[in-house]
Amino acid sequence: MRTAHLAVEVSGFGRHPEAWRQAGVPREALLTPAHHIATAQLAAQSGADFLALPDSFGPGSGLDAVAIAARVAPVVPGIGLVPTVTTTHTEPFHTSKAIATLDLVSSGRAGWEPAVSRTAQEAAQFGRKPAAEPAELWREAAETIEVVVALWDSWEDGAVIRDVATGRYVDREKLHYVDFTGEFFSVKGPSITPRSPQAHPLTVLREEPDSLAVAARWADVVRIEAPDPAAAHAARERIRAAVADAGRDPDTVAVLLDVEILLAADPNAARRELDELGELAPRTLRVVGGPDALVEVIAEQAVDGVTAIPLTLPGGLRVLADEVAPRLLAAGLRTPADPAATLRERFGLPRPANAFTGV
Amino acid sequence: MPKKQIHLAAHFPGVNNTTVWSDPESGSQTDFASFVAFAQNAERGLFDFLFLAEGLRLREHQGRIHDLDVVGRPDTFTVLNAIAAVTTHLGLGGTINTTFNEPWELAKQFASLDHLSGGRAAWNLVTSSDAFTGENFRRGGFLDPAQRYDRAQQMLDAARELWLADGRPVDHHSDQFDVVGTFPIPPTPQGHPVLIQSGDSDQGREFGAKTADAIFSRHGSVEAGQEFYRDLKGRMAKYGREQSEITILPATTFALGDTPEEAAENGHRIRTAQVSPQTAIAFLEQVWGRDLSAYDPDGPLPDIDPDPGAQITRGRVRHEKDPLAVAQRWRELAEAKGGLSIRELIIETTARQSFVGTPKEVARQMDDYVQADASDGFILVPHLTPGGLDEFVEKVVPELQDLGSYRTGYTGPTLRDHLGLREPA
Repeated sequence: MRTAHLAVEVSGFGRHPEAWRQAGVPREALLTPAHHIATAQLAAQSGADFLALPDSFGPGSGLDAVAIAARVAPVVPGIGLVPTVTTTHTEPFHTSKAIATLDLVSSGRAGWEPAVSRTAQEAAQFGRKPAAEPAELWREAAETIEVVVALWDSWEDGAVIRDVATGRYVDREKLHYVDFTGEFFSVKGPSITPRSPQAHPLTVLREEPDSLAVAARWADVVRIEAPDPAAAHAARERIRAAVADAGRDPDTVAVLLDVEILLAADPNAARRELDELGELAPRTLRVVGGPDALVEVIAEQAVDGVTAIPLTLPGGLRVLADEVAPRLLAAGLRTPADPAATLRERFGLPRPANAFTGV
Repeated sequence: MPKKQIHLAAHFPGVNNTTVWSDPESGSQTDFASFVAFAQNAERGLFDFLFLAEGLRLREHQGRIHDLDVVGRPDTFTVLNAIAAVTTHLGLGGTINTTFNEPWELAKQFASLDHLSGGRAAWNLVTSSDAFTGENFRRGGFLDPAQRYDRAQQMLDAARELWLADGRPVDHHSDQFDVVGTFPIPPTPQGHPVLIQSGDSDQGREFGAKTADAIFSRHGSVEAGQEFYRDLKGRMAKYGREQSEITILPATTFALGDTPEEAAENGHRIRTAQVSPQTAIAFLEQVWGRDLSAYDPDGPLPDIDPDPGAQITRGRVRHEKDPLAVAQRWRELAEAKGGLSIRELIIETTARQSFVGTPKEVARQMDDYVQADASDGFILVPHLTPGGLDEFVEKVVPELQDLGSYRTGYTGPTLRDHLGLREPA
């Protein structure tokens, strides 16, 4: 039996739009660091490999996800931090150094989930260009990822030499212009930020109709939505084939199924809570019940692991930490995490070679 | 009457030739541990805020990346949010360029920092517009330098509308921006971040008088400080502002010692380390516009004249317009001082506002400066990362407190509280 990956995604008081009513605190609590620290601590207690922090420029989005990740990183050890960063209206140069810096302040626990902004509303907020079709948005996202990764490599390890004899602080032979010119923008480089602890923070991508080629080329982790394990397994096969076609080893790309969860020690209590919150069509496989229900889904191993998305907070996450995590360990589906491991190490990935030098 | 209170801010040392990297005590200016140590010490010293500078492209000298100065810095927003996690009161100021950012995203990032720090964010608006830096950005070097303050003002107007909208739709249109939408983040603990400005041109002073909460100046002597102070604060009335609404903070270095002689010695040692032989030649090359690597830094100034048309350094602000006049001035200075070498001359001419003495003397000098309305306080620029402020906090801060010119505890949680500012309307 393979061990399974476990991630947690949190936004607001949970995915259910009425979840704030159950939370027992005002909505403004979402603006406080205390809320985000408490949530990240619960996710860390569940032993999850990373915490996904969704973001967009759309309505209903809250604080900046990279900011939240940076704010919790120094005080919540032992869990990866993966904010969503949209590529449509942002500057790749800024994105590159922001994620490298998240890696720095978290001692190698950073990832990012590149996403696109589809709506005319988001375009109007920036007033620079109209909304585009998804295929075009994902071509632009691919350019962003390419240049971000190149900027991460633009400082070789050991570029800082502090050579008093020659007066040189840095060895400029170890700094590289990226000279990127694409369909949407050009970037000269090098970065202003040195190469980060993981060199390449983990790249997480969602499977969307137009994102598969980008994921096949760049993703370390692909997140999928599927109504049941059979559909999830089929998606995994599809993604592995695309990764192989892109010339990469499919075993280096983990496919994680999004699972909406509403868990309680008593399965009936979980169902009653959802009834009280009201109808919400599932976006992906949903598990409402006791902790064993989620363990069974993970044990089926249709994919490489799951991203648990609580419908409510902190309820669902508390059960994940207190009840599900020990069961996964006992069943041999998870091993105790090394608190000093980088996020890449948690996924069994080496620190990558530098594209400019091959080392 | 109670004495005027001194405000102190701390510039995190990095990415320049004033940070002495050759000292054995010099740590990394990119390790997070350095930021933690520096910030926590500034907070122990009850400083108003910590400040990060920014540069968005590595400087070049003679067509190659400049390799003599400290270089490499993390992302401003990300590192400030992380510092918020390890401090409780210290203000968190960052330079964010108005040319290579967009209002919606910037407003969201600053609102996030202000919420996540409990009201401690400050924005130092800078307006550089050079095409050299622009090569790293989608929009490139699109901005005519004459327009940079227009864009800064419009950027600020748009951001302020978003910050204070409180759920109301924003419909901002100006030369530079069209911003239409409903901002999803409520007003922050400070209403919006504290605004810092540092441009010294006439346009920059006007912009500061109209908009800034704090000003970084670079006017050394008491007289020059007083003149700037009077001029800047005198411009505020026409914008309906009280003089107390701006805190003026000149950038200041310092050197301490147990005796005046030891302090002077330390000061000289720091200046010598800041200007290595190679750095002295590079400074000279900036003015001369020529390769001067054949010259001896311990020898006299070159007898050839500068090439007035050349600009061999990129990514550094040039304050001198006429290199021939500078060369002439420097030659006269070198001779008047008894024949200064190249390195000695550069040490002499790049000196900044500096307080040198025992802790008691430095506290007294600083207090006199502030009580004379030459400034409202200082932004300290230490020469070492991360410990460059330690001795100041340990020894000078208590002296300032003894003089009755410095707080003995924070009186409120936000940066506006530290600066005695109201929330923006």
